Amino acid sequence: MPTAEDVKNRIEAAIPESTAEVDSPDNVHFSARVVSKAFDGVSRIEQHRMVYAAVGDVGGEIHALQLKTETP
Amino acid sequence: MTDQASNPIRDAIAEAIAENRVILFMKGTPDQPMCGFSARTSAALQSMDTQFAAVDILPDPRIRQELSALSNWPTIPQLFVDGELVGGADIVAEMYESGELAGVLGVEQPAQEPQPIEAGDTGPAPLGIENRLQ
Repeated sequence: MPTAEDVKNRIEAAIPESTAEVDSPDNVHFSARVVSKAFDGVSRIEQHRMVYAAVGDVGGEIHALQLKTETP
Repeated sequence: MTDQASNPIRDAIAEAIAENRVILFMKGTPDQPMCGFSARTSAALQSMDTQFAAVDILPDPRIRQELSALSNWPTIPQLFVDGELVGGADIVAEMYESGELAGVLGVEQPAQEPQPIEAGDTGPAPLGIENRLQ
């Protein structure tokens, strides 16, 4: 099962100039706050899709990912 | 991959989205939500002066699978307005708190301060996608 650290690394590796704070009480439910310049001019829906794509298997192994995306 | 030529579940989902201006796909029903994220999202909608259709995705796992394939969104709940995906639980909560949700729905923001919302008891009858598939 991925840890919060794994999820943080996946996000920061996939999304340019991003910083992610990720928490998980159980390595199944996660919450993340992601800040990236790459979100600039991108709709919130697409911002969340970018993070979901970076994390992978959201809704599967990762049961839930509570998400807040921001631009710096 | 699924067969594009014949996909009655995806067709039923697309039809439900087209036929209902405001439609929420959730786990459980507005009266009996089966997940905290679905509960909060349906409660936010119930606090708005708007009708919405609710679809419980739990009765058949294919509903969720096809919905996510259609919407390119992996999680539940999913709120659609005017045929467009508005977002999941986090986006709807943000929009509720900022007043954007009322704007998208074309209603007045409820007068009282938004507060942690409880699932209410005034929900509409849920739409049964699975019932259309029998």
